[in-house]
This record gives sequence, C-alpha cells and structure tokens, in this order.
Amino acid sequence: MAEKPKLHYTNGRGKMESIRWLLAAAGVEFEEEFIGTKEDLEKLRNDGSLLFQQVPMVEIDGMKMVQTRAILSYIAAKYNLYGKDLKERAWIDMYVEGTTDLMGMIMYLPFQPADTKEKNLALIIERATTRYFPVYEKALKDHGHDYLVGNKLSWADIHLLEAILMAEECKPDILSAFPLLQAFKGRTSNIPTIKKFLQPGSQRKPPTDEKFVAIVRKIFNI
Amino acid sequence: MSGKPRLTYCNGRGRMETIRWLLAAAGVEFEEVFLETREQYEKLIKDGVLMFQQVPLVEIDGMKMVQTRAILSYIAGKYNLYGKDLKERALIDMYVEGITDLMQMILMFPFSPPEAKEKNLHSIEERATNRYFPVFEKVLKQHGQDFLVGNKFSWADVQLIEAILTVEEKVPAVLSGFPQLQAFKIRMSNMPTIKKFLQPGSPRKPPADESYVETVLKIFKK
Repeated sequence: MAEKPKLHYTNGRGKMESIRWLLAAAGVEFEEEFIGTKEDLEKLRNDGSLLFQQVPMVEIDGMKMVQTRAILSYIAAKYNLYGKDLKERAWIDMYVEGTTDLMGMIMYLPFQPADTKEKNLALIIERATTRYFPVYEKALKDHGHDYLVGNKLSWADIHLLEAILMAEECKPDILSAFPLLQAFKGRTSNIPTIKKFLQPGSQRKPPTDEKFVAIVRKIFNI
Repeated sequence: MSGKPRLTYCNGRGRMETIRWLLAAAGVEFEEVFLETREQYEKLIKDGVLMFQQVPLVEIDGMKMVQTRAILSYIAGKYNLYGKDLKERALIDMYVEGITDLMQMILMFPFSPPEAKEKNLHSIEERATNRYFPVFEKVLKQHGQDFLVGNKFSWADVQLIEAILTVEEKVPAVLSGFPQLQAFKIRMSNMPTIKKFLQPGSPRKPPADESYVETVLKIFKK
C-alpha cells in the first residue's frame, strides 16, 4: 500500500543523485518535485517541510526526511542493502564515506572559480587513482567476490559504481590501472535495476553544466 | 576478548572529539595515541593502517576503523545508543547530521584567516540560534521527554550536549532563548558518564589554540 517516495530537489544531480541511484538499484519507483525558483524553496521552508531549511528532502514512510546520509542509511536498511550485522554495516559505512568524499569533490568542481578548475580536476584524478580506487580494487582482490561486503549486493557497491561513472566523466580511462574495478563496473552495470537506471529516459540526471550551476546559484544564493 | 578501543589522532579535538564523547558517554574506556610529527603520520600511511590515508583511526573489535561517521555509527549501534528500530534510527541520523553541520563550522573556525574570523563567528552564532537549536528546542517541547528520540538516551543526545557546550565556549549566551535546551544541558551534564567526562583529568580535549593549529598544519599540510 505504500506510496512512492517523493524527492524534493533541483532538476540536477547534486546531493540527491546518490539517493536516486540507491532507490533505483533497490527497484523502488519514486516521484520527483523539482525546485526551479527561489520561491519554490521558500515555500518548502515556510511550510515547515525542511527540518534544517535544506534539501534534499525525501517524503518516505510518513516522514519528511532530510540530510543525505540519513536518507541513504534509511533506504539501505529498509531494502536490505546494509549488510547482515553491525560489522558488515561498519565496512559498508567506511567504503561509502570514501566514495562520498570522492564524489563530493567532483560535485563541487563546476562551482569552483574558472582559474582553479584545472588544478582541482587534477586533484580529483590524483585522489581517485591513488587514494580511493586502490582501496576498492584491493578489497575485491582480497576476497575475490563479486561485491564489496559480505558477498552480497549492498549500498557500498551501488555507491562505488556511481563514483566510478562520475570519475570516468572526468577522465574516461581513469580505471586503466584497475582491472577488478573494470570487471566490477561491467557486472554491476548489468544488474537489471541498475541497467534500467543507466538507460536514457530514466530518472538519472545528466552531468552538471553551466546552466544548472547558474540556476543553483540563484536559488540558494551561493 | 578485545582490548580497549584505541584512538589515533592529534592531541586535540578536531574530528575525534565527538568519538571521545560517545565512547565516554557509553561508559567505554579507551586508549589514545597522539600524532605529533609528520613522520609518525607518514609511517601510519606506509604501514597501510589508514584506509584512505586519513585519521581519525579507531582500532576496535579487530577492525582498524576510519571515517568519523562510520566509527560513530558503529559505536552507537554496539552500545545501544541508536534507537530501537529503523525509524528511530532515521530520526537520530537526521538530528546527528544537522548537529554535525553546525560542529563543522566550529571545527574549521581556528583554521580560518584572521580577517575572516569575526564573520565566521557570527555565522556560527546565527546558524546555532536560527537553524539548529530551534529544531531541538521544538522536539523537546513537543514530546516533553528527557531525551530527543524514543524516550531513551541516544547518540543524538550526546551529539547535542557536545554541540551546546562547544558553541557556548564561543557564544556564552547562546541558549538564552531556549529554555528546553537549558534544562537538557543540565540533565545531560549530570548523567554519571557524561559528568565524569566533563571533569578535569578526563580524555576531553580543550578548545583549539594556536599551538594546536600549528601542529595540525605541520603534520597534514601538503
């Protein structure tokens, strides 16, 4: 009987994209209400719908959830993508925090001043290839399983695939030194729910362009 | 039978302080290793002990845990400070994430340039009094219970009392408009484990001073 979750955000990736990925991977249909103007944001604030005056906000199971990590944790647990016990959850949390840090760098890149873009892009590529990807490559190598934790698809795998694809948009051959991640990417992309999300017409949002940056700056005064 | 958790970080608050608070509030004794030189840090990286080459590091239950949120979630889960079900966990997560955003401003404050300090201090005060504290004041008023979630002591309460005391160090009268939070502060401060942590000689660290800032920059700056 449950209603579909309803996502409130701008019509672009930002902090909501990981939530779209996770819901889609879990096979959960969702609705979206896009914030297009400052007035749309003010209305949500004035309605008391935003606990800390911020989006993302996801209406789910009678709650108006805010704070990206809280929302993701809830979805992961609800749809059995959070491991089987506390220790598996700990590993998933650690891995997800790493991919969050990497994707955070990529997310902010279009908002950086033009003269720092090249330097920041170089830093992203350096971090991806020397700090983050080696960790996941090694994890897969050490246990030889298809998935990062507990030999079962989890939030960590979905988040990693999202990070890999975002990093490839920065540098197409960024996985060249990571054979296991290449295989992981191939396997995980073929999971039916994820394959569907990766096809045109899904609710996946395109990379952030200058037009979207301008809209976000206007709505949020940044 | 595992030994006490072992914390590796600089000898100051930073991102480890919330972990110290949570362990202390849960009545868990822990050991600390302090980073004082760049060489110590580089050795940790070389030894492969830091998953993403970063601290905090907490050795607990056979794991070398990194990523502050992952560590806190594990401790909260292990010591029954994470609510009784998924929905209570969702509330705790939302509250904790909001408080973390406020604490992040304070974390970064000692590292801001002198000319920005007054503006940043004003931002901290503004956010505390307009965005964050009103939420928790309202929560406590609405249910009239002693604790934020589920009428039971949780991670959210620990994080909030830490935030209140930390903001008060910078803005002494910050709770003047929040009678529920004033009462909450007294109640939490008098809980035996927290009372002990607030006494001199506990592992609680003092606010960042110039010497701490210098040490951190020396160890971590590239």
